[in-house]
Amino acid sequence: MSALLDPRRVKQDFPIFANNPGLVFLDTAASSQKPNVVIDRVSDYYRHDYANVHRGVYRLSARSTELYEGARETARRFLNAADASEIVFVRGATEAINLVVQSWGAAFLKAGDEVLITELEHHANIVPWQLLRDRIGFTIKVAPVDATGGLDMAAFESLITPRTKMVSVTQLANATGALLPVEAIIRLAHAQGAKVLIDGCQAAPRLQVDVRALDCDFYVFSGHKTYGPTGIGVLYGKRAILNDMPPWQAGGDMIETVTFEKTTFQQPPARFEAGTPDISGAIGLATALDYIESLGRAAIEAHEGALTEYGMDKLSRIDGIRLVPAGQRRFGILSFAVEGIHPHDVATLLDGKGVAVRAGHHCAQPLMEKLCLDATTRASLGIYNDESDIDALADALKAAQAIFAR
Amino acid sequence: MESRDLYQDIILDHGRKPRNFHALEHPSHFANGHNPLCGDKVTVFLEIENNVIKDVSFQGRGCAISTASASLMTEVLKGKTLEEADKLFKAFHAGVTGGEVEAMPEVLEDDFERLAPLEGVKGYPTRVKCATLAWHAFEAALKSGEVGATVKTE
Repeated sequence: MSALLDPRRVKQDFPIFANNPGLVFLDTAASSQKPNVVIDRVSDYYRHDYANVHRGVYRLSARSTELYEGARETARRFLNAADASEIVFVRGATEAINLVVQSWGAAFLKAGDEVLITELEHHANIVPWQLLRDRIGFTIKVAPVDATGGLDMAAFESLITPRTKMVSVTQLANATGALLPVEAIIRLAHAQGAKVLIDGCQAAPRLQVDVRALDCDFYVFSGHKTYGPTGIGVLYGKRAILNDMPPWQAGGDMIETVTFEKTTFQQPPARFEAGTPDISGAIGLATALDYIESLGRAAIEAHEGALTEYGMDKLSRIDGIRLVPAGQRRFGILSFAVEGIHPHDVATLLDGKGVAVRAGHHCAQPLMEKLCLDATTRASLGIYNDESDIDALADALKAAQAIFAR
Repeated sequence: MESRDLYQDIILDHGRKPRNFHALEHPSHFANGHNPLCGDKVTVFLEIENNVIKDVSFQGRGCAISTASASLMTEVLKGKTLEEADKLFKAFHAGVTGGEVEAMPEVLEDDFERLAPLEGVKGYPTRVKCATLAWHAFEAALKSGEVGATVKTE
């Protein structure tokens, strides 16, 4: 494992930069760019190895199946899951959460139960629970953020009760970059007998993740934020829990025997993968995960941690720029307000300088309301970013301020 | 296009100090506009008598483009007949979306000229909705009478 990441070399692996000279890409939290190895792997697969999986007797289909199941093994290794059968391929983290809600939630939650989430959640970890609650009648409780924008752990602890059946939280908040103490959260939840789902969308591409060390019950992440293709993602679930979960979508591949009277279903993970899956997406994702491993996950974590510090320091030195929330520890994501300029105007002006950032509520409207903001500007880091990108951001912000100072 | 062409002085001025930025006490029509993409919100109030817009105002929160557009809209709509307002809306919409702008009758030429600084958004497809939000709310206010309606710019 390499000790240090060289972002300039990494950048050369991503053709988007050669094809868009001057691009300063600071929107990896929305979706990451793709390295050549992933782009090539997907098209090579279609050129050389494509056939449907799990069905054909012929050798080409067997090879395709082997590659698809090999991708599952790569994802298992990436999360350090105990067994590849604990890896379910889905369209992305959104679908993974919906799967857990509609399968596990519908089977095991009842009126009077409680699901505990936090104010830091993405809409995808709020709304699916609300839809099921409206059908079943359980209660959703929301743990608040503290004055610094991190999770208020004292409040969180007081909200976990024997009625809590599920704790569903993000590991790294997409809107503000706040890191949550998921180890403590999982311990507290398990002490009350609750299951825990971790939304790893922002954490999986940035931090070293070990689902066995965490002991979480579910872990979800999206391929497209992890340098892989769009349309593929991973649901990890403990084998014993997946075993007890009913199917959520039905079709080919997930059945054992079908008659018009009765159908029996496959074991996990096939039970949860109805129809032809995104085979090329899974293979492309596995290539992306291998690529991340080749750079070294400790090196990535160290690089993005240091760059986050550099960015916080750089932005806090500009008059009229305020990090949101002010005192918060953050990782990989810098959310900020520019005095007197609306985030959408900031983003347009930065775009004029080739700096791509996100402006808006970041699919976290309740959190924005709590922070008394309609929107923020968000710069988020990836493995290809370095200090020159932060410097370009700072210069573009100063230019935007100059235009609005007229 | 340069950022300064989009953020012309008149846009910055109306973005900072929007005109007619208050609620009407006795509106005959009003409607809320909301851009769910960015969270911009605007409420447009109208006082219409005998087919003439006697008064028009707005309230809301948004970026410089959407605030300036709403402010300029209230300035040009005041005193117009509904037919004239419709002509201005159609021409404005065509102007910011890069469509064919029909020639204005002489009486509306100056007003249409007032809206010209916003035409810069046609080079920024993601910002067109900011410029049209208040106009869509105006249209919704007319259509829905005295009952509030929410219009999305989707």
